[in-house]
Amino acid sequence: MPEWLVTTILILVKLGFVFFLLLTGAAYMVLAERKLLGRMQLRYGPNRVGPFGLLQPLADAVKLVTKEDFIPSQADKFLFFIAPGIAAVTALLTFAVVPFGPPIRLFGREVPLVICDLNIGVLYFLGLSSLAVYGVTLGGWASNSKYALLGSIRALSQLISYELSMGLAIVPVVLMARSFSLTNIVNAQAGLPFAILNPPAFLIFLVSVLAESKRIPFDLPEAENEIVAGFHTEYSGMRFGLFFVGEYINVIILSSMVTVLFLGGWHGPLLPGIVWFFLKVGFISFLFIWTRGTLPRLRYDQLMHFGWKILVPLALVNVIVTGAILLLLNPAKG
Amino acid sequence: MQVLFFYLVALVTVISGVIVVAAKSPVNSALALVNTFFCLAVFYVMLSAPFMAAIQIMVYAGAIMVLILFVIMLLNMGVEPFKKFTHVTWGVVAGSLVLMLTLFFISRGQPTKVVGAITRDVILKEGHTELIGKSLFVNFLLPFEITSILLLVAIIGAVILAKKEV
Repeated sequence: MPEWLVTTILILVKLGFVFFLLLTGAAYMVLAERKLLGRMQLRYGPNRVGPFGLLQPLADAVKLVTKEDFIPSQADKFLFFIAPGIAAVTALLTFAVVPFGPPIRLFGREVPLVICDLNIGVLYFLGLSSLAVYGVTLGGWASNSKYALLGSIRALSQLISYELSMGLAIVPVVLMARSFSLTNIVNAQAGLPFAILNPPAFLIFLVSVLAESKRIPFDLPEAENEIVAGFHTEYSGMRFGLFFVGEYINVIILSSMVTVLFLGGWHGPLLPGIVWFFLKVGFISFLFIWTRGTLPRLRYDQLMHFGWKILVPLALVNVIVTGAILLLLNPAKG
Repeated sequence: MQVLFFYLVALVTVISGVIVVAAKSPVNSALALVNTFFCLAVFYVMLSAPFMAAIQIMVYAGAIMVLILFVIMLLNMGVEPFKKFTHVTWGVVAGSLVLMLTLFFISRGQPTKVVGAITRDVILKEGHTELIGKSLFVNFLLPFEITSILLLVAIIGAVILAKKEV
């Protein structure tokens, strides 16, 4: 087989694998969340469709697709139409730079288990997460309803506030790994993961990621007892489904970013690398669900206060301290 | 292949640029501007400057335009009724001036065969991000710091203007 054909096929296979895994992962994440929340609240959770309710995601999908697709008469049709797409696509695209396993040997050539090892992988992630704001904001604005508008304005200000502390929490990681490439960052954690070397950055990143995913305790954009359902109040059927799936894909992707940046990616004893990666991602996703089952929602002013007056200064101080320590440890390179 | 791709992206850029000016609703203008910035980022990637592309998207498309959109949404500006443009003479004068300026620069410059210190090989060898870091923090440290102080002054000014009593 010619060289370019093999390369193309490999890329397509990797793309298909990741796409399939993310979508099923997101669907079963919904089921896992409902089951776990049920257990945390002393009830069973969904258990009717299939054994242990395992076919529930399928039933949900069928229901969403067959539901009537409703567009408010005063809505901006075009924006209303593309907003859920933006939300889902920006979430899906991020996984292109996440390395989910060590390179494997296939047909006598080295195959890295990442779709594209960009040398600016970290910035690509940050850029896409700042574009993800548009899906939510436009969806709420185009609906032309006051609850949706309130929800999208909240989402907008929350996302751009916490993006800042998220980006600043990644800076120490880039400093320690001396690279923007996610594969190099994982390789730099072969010894100790950065979560142990720099716990403040890890904690700041974890909290910011929770806020970026717009889930309890940071789910003000869709606070259902204040503004109905926030930015997706007017959405129904599969359009709502895209927002919903996008949220869970986002949870999986943010968990894998936590894993790659702070928990050493695929590094771990005994088990093969790819298993370690999925175990870690699963654990962080569980943490997301656990927080949702435990904590109440923040108030809006508390949210802004916490983001701007606590997280951002803390992250800034952390950047300076990490830089100073790195400079002390090897002054020749600095 | 690359040239074809360039023309495709350039076409989208120009069309979104026209929409920025021509759109009736301010939100659509803002979104077309986001699209233009996105296309500019594609050009940076084609010029093997991925760092600039990422910064373009993060700062312009991701932060500044989001804030502009925020203001538009808060002010709740409706669709502007399409007024008949009356200043045709001034428009023609301004347009021809800009055209003359552009043609002047195109005729004076050498679009090809100009080789500076930083070529494609240098970028590939040293790394794009490293080159930018070096020139920002070593060669041009003083201008960089002056710019940051200027921005700081602007921030403080904005806070003082926005606050009712200082």
